[in-house]
Amino acid sequence: MLELALKGSKRYYGWIAFLLVLIAIGFAAYVNQLMVGLKTTGMGRDVSWGFYISQLTYLVGLAASGVMIVLPNYFHSYKTNKHMVIFGEFMAIAACVMCLLFVIVDIGQPQRMMNMIFHPTPNSILFWDMIVINGYLFLNLLCGWTCLQADRQHLPHPKWVKPFIYTSIIWAFSIHTVTAFLYQGLPGRHYWLTAILAARFLASAFCAGPAILILVLLVTEKVTTFKMPKNALSTLVKIVMYAMCINMFFFLLEVFTAFYSNIPGHMHPLLYLFAHASTGLVTLMWTFIVFAAISITLLVTPRFRNNLKLLPWTLVLLIIATWLDKGLGLLIGGFNPTPFDTITPYWPTGKELLVSMMIYSIGALIVTVLFKIATEVKEEVGHSQRLACGCSSEDGCTCTGEEAAAEA
Amino acid sequence: MKNSRRTFIKLAGIAAAGLALAPRKGLAAEGHEPVKVNATAIHAKHWAMVIDTTKLNTAEAINKLAAACHHDHNVPHIEGKQEVKWLWHDTYPHTFPEQENPHMAEEVHERVFPLLCNHCQNPPCVRVCPTKATFQRPDGIVAMDYHRCIGCRYCMAGCPYGSRSFNWGDPRLGLDLGNLNPEFPTRMRGVVEKCNFCVERLAVGKLPVCVEASEGAMHFGDLMDPDSEVRKVLREKFTIRRKPSAGTEPSVYYII
Repeated sequence: MLELALKGSKRYYGWIAFLLVLIAIGFAAYVNQLMVGLKTTGMGRDVSWGFYISQLTYLVGLAASGVMIVLPNYFHSYKTNKHMVIFGEFMAIAACVMCLLFVIVDIGQPQRMMNMIFHPTPNSILFWDMIVINGYLFLNLLCGWTCLQADRQHLPHPKWVKPFIYTSIIWAFSIHTVTAFLYQGLPGRHYWLTAILAARFLASAFCAGPAILILVLLVTEKVTTFKMPKNALSTLVKIVMYAMCINMFFFLLEVFTAFYSNIPGHMHPLLYLFAHASTGLVTLMWTFIVFAAISITLLVTPRFRNNLKLLPWTLVLLIIATWLDKGLGLLIGGFNPTPFDTITPYWPTGKELLVSMMIYSIGALIVTVLFKIATEVKEEVGHSQRLACGCSSEDGCTCTGEEAAAEA
Repeated sequence: MKNSRRTFIKLAGIAAAGLALAPRKGLAAEGHEPVKVNATAIHAKHWAMVIDTTKLNTAEAINKLAAACHHDHNVPHIEGKQEVKWLWHDTYPHTFPEQENPHMAEEVHERVFPLLCNHCQNPPCVRVCPTKATFQRPDGIVAMDYHRCIGCRYCMAGCPYGSRSFNWGDPRLGLDLGNLNPEFPTRMRGVVEKCNFCVERLAVGKLPVCVEASEGAMHFGDLMDPDSEVRKVLREKFTIRRKPSAGTEPSVYYII
């Protein structure tokens, strides 16, 4: 099916070329980092992980999010989702690749990274994180590709792939739990030393991930004949809503525990992030609270939730809020109050951002190519196609027959 | 063509003969230690250090020890937050953040304290390292294999004492090349390093360089031997350790 990615419009090739340029620019920054070392980053002795690892943390959420489409389909026979499943799986592939790349660019001796495999160390969570992310990547490649190929040949999905799909559903939870354990089990990092961290990771993954997926699919709808079934979209938006409410509830639990117990170590990171850090960071953290509040208000109100004009903006606010919380605040809050009860501020450097841009562009390239293939196949076999009235062919809309034919 | 095939068969034959001989060579070696232990080496079941902060508590005195340590181990001099250090000093509230009180004896509160790797009994850095590049020796010393380290810096996130440094750039740029210690290797960029309780000196029967230079303010010995010098001091003086709540059981004790 890869050949489907090779034929496209000028706009498609233009976009690919644009991404390749971004990748090349970022790669130059990475080569520089390889030559002089990680001193090109803003990290230091006290803040030993930075923007790279926080992006890994955020993106495992995106990888795990596809399961919010796959799980209803397979565990609850919610068949409305069935033509969206492939996009969740393909998004997970891109997200896993980005996660792995963020680990590679973060290590000081990348040529030795196979040491993780040559000297397997089960007591290290990083070892397990590598296993679960690679495993999830493999599972999604296998399930996504096999099912799409079967669809294209108008064949039922092969039986042997079912166990892999069920495994991948359970696995999705594991990748986020294990990534949370990466942080959760460290003595002396109070912001992370909380049993609820894995639950918070899952909650934020299941709101931010589908939100990003919906936005990407809205763009996909603009540039292809693909159209999300209305019910599938509204179900997914409701999942985003519930997950975001749970996410913020968990955050409030942390605030309560820290301040009611009055234990300094637990209060310091929150006080630092929301009151004592540089004005820029404090503003960003309050932006997180405000955006989270606005997005929850818009999502829980049916009138706003069902407004498709407003929805993309709601989702953008939600993504910014969750990114500030998990992709920025979590790492800074854990590291900046140092083990010496002092503060060492951290901010990524330009080169760090360029390297990150390279990885995000590679992710976008993978999403573009895989979604191109998936939408082409769907067009060939007539799944989830846009009808003249704006409905999806899966909607059972009254306009299906003549109007569509007339338009064609 | 023919020639090269003949060469190949010849080489294959030699290789096969070598493989057949190799195990026998291994057998012959059995019964011998692969590495000879230095006759003068000193051993312990668990090495520990006691620092007498009534004697050693000024920045100048600690800087002198740090300079000796850093020279001995070719620790690069780098300014700023990407610095590398094995032994350094800090104030009471930074050294013992959870063990402060508002009306402490001013004299104690104003002291500065030497800081180094605690060589914990339950080292979190060893627990989190994904390649066993940092490991605990049977004598309790938490050691680093600079050639194994992939530079993921998980051990730095795991250490509750901030005792580890990373070579963000080439450490050799921060060394005085005319004044290196040829006995100890320099490191490359991208690996973590830290105090090693001078394992290389213990192996030849010498005490750690800071202990030697401290003029009696630092004690070093076997924590498991009731008659050792450290046990004697611990029995006589009140001592504290850093961050007891972390459960890491540091092997560095401070006489207050």
